[in-house]
Amino acid sequence: MIPTDSRTKRCRTRHWLMLLMLALGAGLLGGCHRDDGLDWHLNDISGHMPDLDFHLVDDHGKSVTGQDYRGKVVLLYFGYTHCPDVCPLTLAQLHVVMQRLGPLADGARILFVSVDPARDTPDIMHAYVNAFDPRAVGLTGSPRDIETLSKRYRSAFTREPDRADGQYEVSHSSAIYVFDGNGKARLLATPNQSQDDMVHDLHLLLSLGHPS
Amino acid sequence: MNFRLVRALPLFLAGMASLTAHATEAAHVQARDAWIRVLPGDLPAGGYVVLENISDQPINVRAVQSARYGSAMLHESSNAGGVSRMSMVDSLAIPAHAKVALSPGGYHLMLMSPTAPVKVGDKIKVSFTFDDGSTLDADFTAQPANAAGAGG
Repeated sequence: MIPTDSRTKRCRTRHWLMLLMLALGAGLLGGCHRDDGLDWHLNDISGHMPDLDFHLVDDHGKSVTGQDYRGKVVLLYFGYTHCPDVCPLTLAQLHVVMQRLGPLADGARILFVSVDPARDTPDIMHAYVNAFDPRAVGLTGSPRDIETLSKRYRSAFTREPDRADGQYEVSHSSAIYVFDGNGKARLLATPNQSQDDMVHDLHLLLSLGHPS
Repeated sequence: MNFRLVRALPLFLAGMASLTAHATEAAHVQARDAWIRVLPGDLPAGGYVVLENISDQPINVRAVQSARYGSAMLHESSNAGGVSRMSMVDSLAIPAHAKVALSPGGYHLMLMSPTAPVKVGDKIKVSFTFDDGSTLDADFTAQPANAAGAGG
């Protein structure tokens, strides 16, 4: 569906553009820190990414949109279930973060979006996300809808060539996007950032509340 | 027993000992904190372990296998440029008197097609083959999907 070298190059270019944009954004946002008086530990992306929006299928087989998660702080992460190392590591870390947030975590949802819809059915996604955290939701859908969401947040994924056994890996952006209860993009976490920073910022965001 | 034979005997015994070691267990590598992250159904699972080379010679892991999985491979995850990738590793070097950790987000075993469902708490034998022909069997403990490490 997606491979080829030019595609990978385009993804890389897009990725570097994203990094550049984030670096510029971080510089500009120094002012924002002073404005709202909040000391974010993750990368503040407020005003630099569009609101949470998508048309996908949840792990109960139900059609859902970004609007369905208004009122919750959303942690958006792209991955796939045939990923035995990094995706489980990230989801296990997010589970620890949720545990550390205590009752506040009920105001948050982990949205795990499949970049491998050919293999990730809602049933598989359901079993997978529930093995990590009760507040995790697995989202899959048509390749087009998934690509639309991925592009919306300047994320990228590439299906790698099939191995001899017919299986394949999917390379994907490792960032976690955090949205507030109004669906506004607020923070971006990379795998290098600590659980302490995640807990700090989510605690702050969840404590701020939102107009319901 | 003449002098020549007495002198040769220890060499002969040493040779036998090393042959025995090569045919069975590698005495020069130790495994600890071995665990598997169990995922639902027959999804591929990650295997993690710390391998310590206690000998004076470098050694390379060349192959892994387990009767419990149809296929086992040595893989490495990377995160260059913010993109998570996984690649196969043909050979993993363990320098003399050094440890190499197979840990989440780095080197790991990719364990595919379980021959029978793997349940949390199961002990799974995984066999490592080194470039000198020796092998090492290690018991991996099956941990839940959201485990943080060997301790669960």
